[in-house]
Amino acid sequence: MFSFVIRRVALLVPIFFGVTLISFGFIRMLPGDPVAALAGERDMTPERHAEMMARLGLDKPAWEQYFDYVWKLLHGDFGTSVLTNRPVLDEFMELFPATLELGMAAMLLAIIIGLPIGIFAAVKRGTFYDQGLMGLSLVGYSMPIFWWGLLLIILFGGIWGLTPVSGRISFLFDVETVTGFLLIDSLLSGEEGAFASAVSHMILPTIVLGTIPLAIIARQTRSAMLEVLSEDYVRTARAKGLSPLRVYGLHALRNAMITVITVIGLQVGTLMAGAILTETIFSWPGIGKWIIFSVFSRDYYAVQGGLVLIAMMIMSVNLVVDILYGLINPRILHTSS
Amino acid sequence: MNQSTINSIESGPRQPSVLRRNLLEFWYYFSESKTAVVGLAYLVGIILMAIFADFIAPHDPTIQYRDCLEQAPSWGGDKCNFLFGTDYAGRDMLSRIIYGTRLSLVAGGMVVILCLSIGIVFGVIAGYFRGWVDTIIMRIMDTILSVPGLLMALVLVAILGPGLLNAMIAISITYLPYFVRLTRASYITENTKEYVVASKVSGAGKFRIMFITILPNCMAPLIVQATLSFSTAILDTAALGFLGMGAQPPTPEWGTLIAENRDLMLSAPWTVTFPGLAILLAVLAINLMGDGLRDALDPKMKRS
Repeated sequence: MFSFVIRRVALLVPIFFGVTLISFGFIRMLPGDPVAALAGERDMTPERHAEMMARLGLDKPAWEQYFDYVWKLLHGDFGTSVLTNRPVLDEFMELFPATLELGMAAMLLAIIIGLPIGIFAAVKRGTFYDQGLMGLSLVGYSMPIFWWGLLLIILFGGIWGLTPVSGRISFLFDVETVTGFLLIDSLLSGEEGAFASAVSHMILPTIVLGTIPLAIIARQTRSAMLEVLSEDYVRTARAKGLSPLRVYGLHALRNAMITVITVIGLQVGTLMAGAILTETIFSWPGIGKWIIFSVFSRDYYAVQGGLVLIAMMIMSVNLVVDILYGLINPRILHTSS
Repeated sequence: MNQSTINSIESGPRQPSVLRRNLLEFWYYFSESKTAVVGLAYLVGIILMAIFADFIAPHDPTIQYRDCLEQAPSWGGDKCNFLFGTDYAGRDMLSRIIYGTRLSLVAGGMVVILCLSIGIVFGVIAGYFRGWVDTIIMRIMDTILSVPGLLMALVLVAILGPGLLNAMIAISITYLPYFVRLTRASYITENTKEYVVASKVSGAGKFRIMFITILPNCMAPLIVQATLSFSTAILDTAALGFLGMGAQPPTPEWGTLIAENRDLMLSAPWTVTFPGLAILLAVLAINLMGDGLRDALDPKMKRS
């Protein structure tokens, strides 16, 4: 087990350097004068230009610049936003809970609905229910989620007026930030209605962000279940006269879960890409909206830092998923060594 | 057996009939799935629509009918008959969507062609040479995969500049790892089989083994992957267009159509609803077809 973890972590080293090379190259490949792009100033005097060159370290050779950059990254310095003049890491950490909260809600929705749908469809294989549910999940999988979000805004926000359509909480409430998770903070604040407001703001973004993971989980659970259901031990369990709940729930599902957990873990990247669109549509103050805003306002240090931080986050989640996978499926430990 | 006899076997008169039989067999399995056939039919339909957009579209997609701004869908009236309504500038939504089909299909197709051609070459090289060449190629692919596709595409577009062509290039780069990995994996599996050893023994050259002997046997999973990437490429092109980083207005690309009418979505919901529906249906049809393709090409599924 230990050597498995070590090997898996060692795999991350080249990827880390790859990502930093991309993010380092990103700034250098931008069209135009890098100094002007990074300093956010135009029409600089030659002296000022030279001063900025020196201050940004652009007068050194490229490899030296790269090592400086990685050195700083390893010490937690992800650059400074040109727009706000604050460390990128601080901005990221401040906005990250909003994305995490939304992402977890979406994932929870996807699992709570997707898992039973997949199991049910597998058990009822070939029936009308199976075809209907799988048809629906293919629609979900094919959904342009930015359009889906706008459609829900038109229906729920515009026509029926049921839910708010932007932000995390009504401006009437001034909830103090404790954990960064508004659902918890609004409860802690003790303000009447704050929690309800936070929940109602979350409904539509959660549905939109959860749609594609839900569809994927439903489809994958179904095929994992189908594979397991044809195994001998399931037939034996049935032949022994065990109740369907025991056969499906205990014998089959536990083995099908091995695949499903991996699939769930792999959704983090999908969620992050989805968050960019979802947060833009619903003005959700998280990482996705921040990245888009940074791209448009040419705050390239923020984009660069965000890119590395997001990649590192996804790498660590994948690492955890792989280790978990090794724990629940010991076969993998032996085959890979 | 010398080289010439092998050649005569491979390119002998039996080959067309083998191809024909394979195609017939493929169609037999593919057409078992009715939904896959529906998907294929829809795709053929929109391809024809894209090709003949000039004849099918009722209006010029760029002409602004200033008397009919934000006209709701209507037909049979005295004036302003627009089946899908008009947008903020009085342009016919239906015609814009029909022309948008062209852009989306071309974008999706270009991404797939780029990924297939570059992905196969890198995958085969990695699989053939192994060692450090393999390691370098695969680590680069891992790096690309560690950043969410849309974010990577955004960053690339920031470098290249917004536009449909650059969006296509950016999206291709983010899909490349899937093709490289798939090609490499099936190449390595095939590489140890007897027919490859036989061809090596009879003195076939490097490139012959790589691209003529082995590659055709790796095509099935690649075709499935290409189909699925075709649909996600359409989605991602639209997403980039929606974010303002893909096709630029007034280009009638589907995602751009949604973005430029976003402010009207409550007063003129048809301007947003129809383009999105066009995206959804196209992607759904291709995915249905992809599911059928996978079932038809995957021998493991055939038996069950």
